[in-house]
Amino acid sequence: MRRDRTPQTLVLILAAILAAAPFAPQWTVFLLTVAIAKGLVVLGLMILLRCGLVSFGQALYYCIGAYAAGMLGRLFQVSDVFTLMLAGMAVAAVAGFVLGFLLARYRSIFFGLLSLAISMILYGLLIKSETLGSSDGFNILPSTLLGVRPPDNWVRYLVLAAAAVLAFVAALLVHRYLKTPLGRLAPAIKDNEIRVEYMGASARNAIHVKYVIAAALAGLGGGLAATTVGHIDPDMAYWTTSGEFIFITILAGTGSVIAPFLGALVFGVIQSIAFDVSPNTWQMVLGSSLLVVILFLPSGLWSLFTRRKAS
Amino acid sequence: MAAILDAQGLNKSFGAVTAASDITAAIERDSVVGLIGTNGAGKTTFINMITGYLKPDRGRIHYEGRDITALAPREITRLGICRSFQIPQLYASLTAFENMMAGIGVVLQNAGLGGFFSRGEPLVPGHNLPAEEVADRILERFGLSDYRDRNAQVLPGGVRKLLDIALTMVAKPKILLLDEPTSGVSAEEKFTIMEMVMSAVRAEGATVLFVEHDMEVVSRFAERVLAFYDGRIIADAPPAVALEDPEVKRFVVGGELHRIDEAQAKRRA
Repeated sequence: MRRDRTPQTLVLILAAILAAAPFAPQWTVFLLTVAIAKGLVVLGLMILLRCGLVSFGQALYYCIGAYAAGMLGRLFQVSDVFTLMLAGMAVAAVAGFVLGFLLARYRSIFFGLLSLAISMILYGLLIKSETLGSSDGFNILPSTLLGVRPPDNWVRYLVLAAAAVLAFVAALLVHRYLKTPLGRLAPAIKDNEIRVEYMGASARNAIHVKYVIAAALAGLGGGLAATTVGHIDPDMAYWTTSGEFIFITILAGTGSVIAPFLGALVFGVIQSIAFDVSPNTWQMVLGSSLLVVILFLPSGLWSLFTRRKAS
Repeated sequence: MAAILDAQGLNKSFGAVTAASDITAAIERDSVVGLIGTNGAGKTTFINMITGYLKPDRGRIHYEGRDITALAPREITRLGICRSFQIPQLYASLTAFENMMAGIGVVLQNAGLGGFFSRGEPLVPGHNLPAEEVADRILERFGLSDYRDRNAQVLPGGVRKLLDIALTMVAKPKILLLDEPTSGVSAEEKFTIMEMVMSAVRAEGATVLFVEHDMEVVSRFAERVLAFYDGRIIADAPPAVALEDPEVKRFVVGGELHRIDEAQAKRRA
C-alpha cells in the first residue's frame, strides 16, 4: 500500500502559506483566502459526491454561515475572525442536521433538486427581508483577531492565517474521517445500498452524518467569506453560487482532501485572468477550461498527482 | 435440539396474490434446510420476511427466543442473520477485496471499533484478526484469491455468486439464508459452489437455509426440506421423504411438466 502523506503535505502547505503571505501582494492574499473559503464548501461536496450525491444547493449553508457571522457582528458587535467562522459553522451544522432528516431520504436527481429548491427558498426569504438588507445585504465589521484590532495592512494577512489554520484542521479531520469505517462506506453506498443495509449498516444514517459535515464545512466557508469580503448579500444562496461549488468539485476531483482547495485556487486564478483578459466573456473562458479538464482529466485536477505516483 | 429460528403463522399478500399463507416452521440450530418450490411459491417471500425486508401481515418470527418481526433488515443482520441474493448484490465499482473491506468496515462500525477517536488498527470481532487479513482469508476460503484485485462488475457469474456469499461471512452469521446460491451457474459449477459454501459455513458453525431448484443439490446438501407451493408449506421432512411425497412430486419436482401435460390434454379435448 502507498504511504499516506496527506497530513505532512497539509503541514507543508500551511507553513508555506503562513510564511509567504506577509510578502505576497494583497490581491494574492485575498485570492487565497477566498479560495480557502470556497475550498471548505467543496470539501463538504466532495464527501457527498463520494457516495454519489450531488448537492445543487450547497450555497444554502454557505449563505447561512455568512449571515450567521454577519448577524453576530450586527447584533453583538462581534468581529473576531475565529468566532465568526465557528459561529457560521455551528449554525449551518444545526440547519444541516434538521434538513438532513428530509434530504437523507433522497438520492440522485431528487436529492440534487430538493437541495437546490431549499437554497432558493432561503434566497427568496433574504430578498424579501428588509431587516437583513434585502437584495443589498449588509456590511461586516472590520475583522479582529482574538480581541486585537490589527493595523490595516495586516488585516488581510491575519484573516488568511486564521482561515488557513481552520482549513488545515478541517482538512485533517475530514481526512481522518474518510478512513473510519463510516467514511469508507461512501463508495459502497454509491454502488449498492441494498447490500449496505444487509451488511448491517444504515445508508440513510451514514448520509445524514455526511450531510451535516458538508453543511458545517460550507458554513465555515461562508463565515470566512463574509469576514474576507466584508459584505454579504442574498446572492450567496443563489443557484449560480451552488453551481460554482459543483464546478470546482468536478474541476478538483475527489481524490484527496487537498484537492478542493487546489481546485478552488485554480478556479479563482482562471476567473481572475479571464476577467482581466476578456471582461465580457469571462464565463466562456471558465467554461472552456472546465471542458478541457473533463476531457483530459476526467477524475479532476487531483488525478495529475495520483497518476504520477502510479507510474 | 433447540430451535434457533421460529416462524409462527406467517401471512403475506400483495393485493390479490397470496405469497405466504400460514407459514409455520421451526429451524434447529446448526441444521441445513433446503427450500424448494416453483417460482412464485413463496420461498423468497419467506426469506424476505425473516430478514425484515418484508413485514408479514400476520404471524411472528422469533430468533433465539427474541421477537424480530418488527426489526429493520440491518438490525436483523446485526443479530447474526445474514443473507445472500439470487442476483448478486455487490459493490460493482470496487474490487473483490474492497467489497470484503466494505463489509468488514460495517462490522467494525457496529462494534464501535475503528472510529474517529480510536487509535491503531482494530481486530475484527469474531475473527480476532486485522481487517485486511480477514478479507484475504475469506476470499481464500471461497477460492477467490485470484480475483482479489479485479472489479466486481467484470467478474464471471459464478465468481460473483461466490463473492456475494463470501460477503455474508464477514459478520460471522449464526443463520445464513442463501437465495438460489447456484442459479445462473453451469451444472458442473453447482456442486463446486455448494461444496465450497458448505465447508466454509460448517467451519463457522452456522445454520443454513438455502433456496434451490436442482433436486440433486437439495438431496445432497439439505438435512431437511421445506417444500413451498402457493404460499404454503406442503412438506417438511428429510429430503429422501420429502422428495417422494406425492404432493411435492406433483407440484414441485414435476411441477412444470405436469402443467404442460394438463394444458396439452385440454387442447386435445
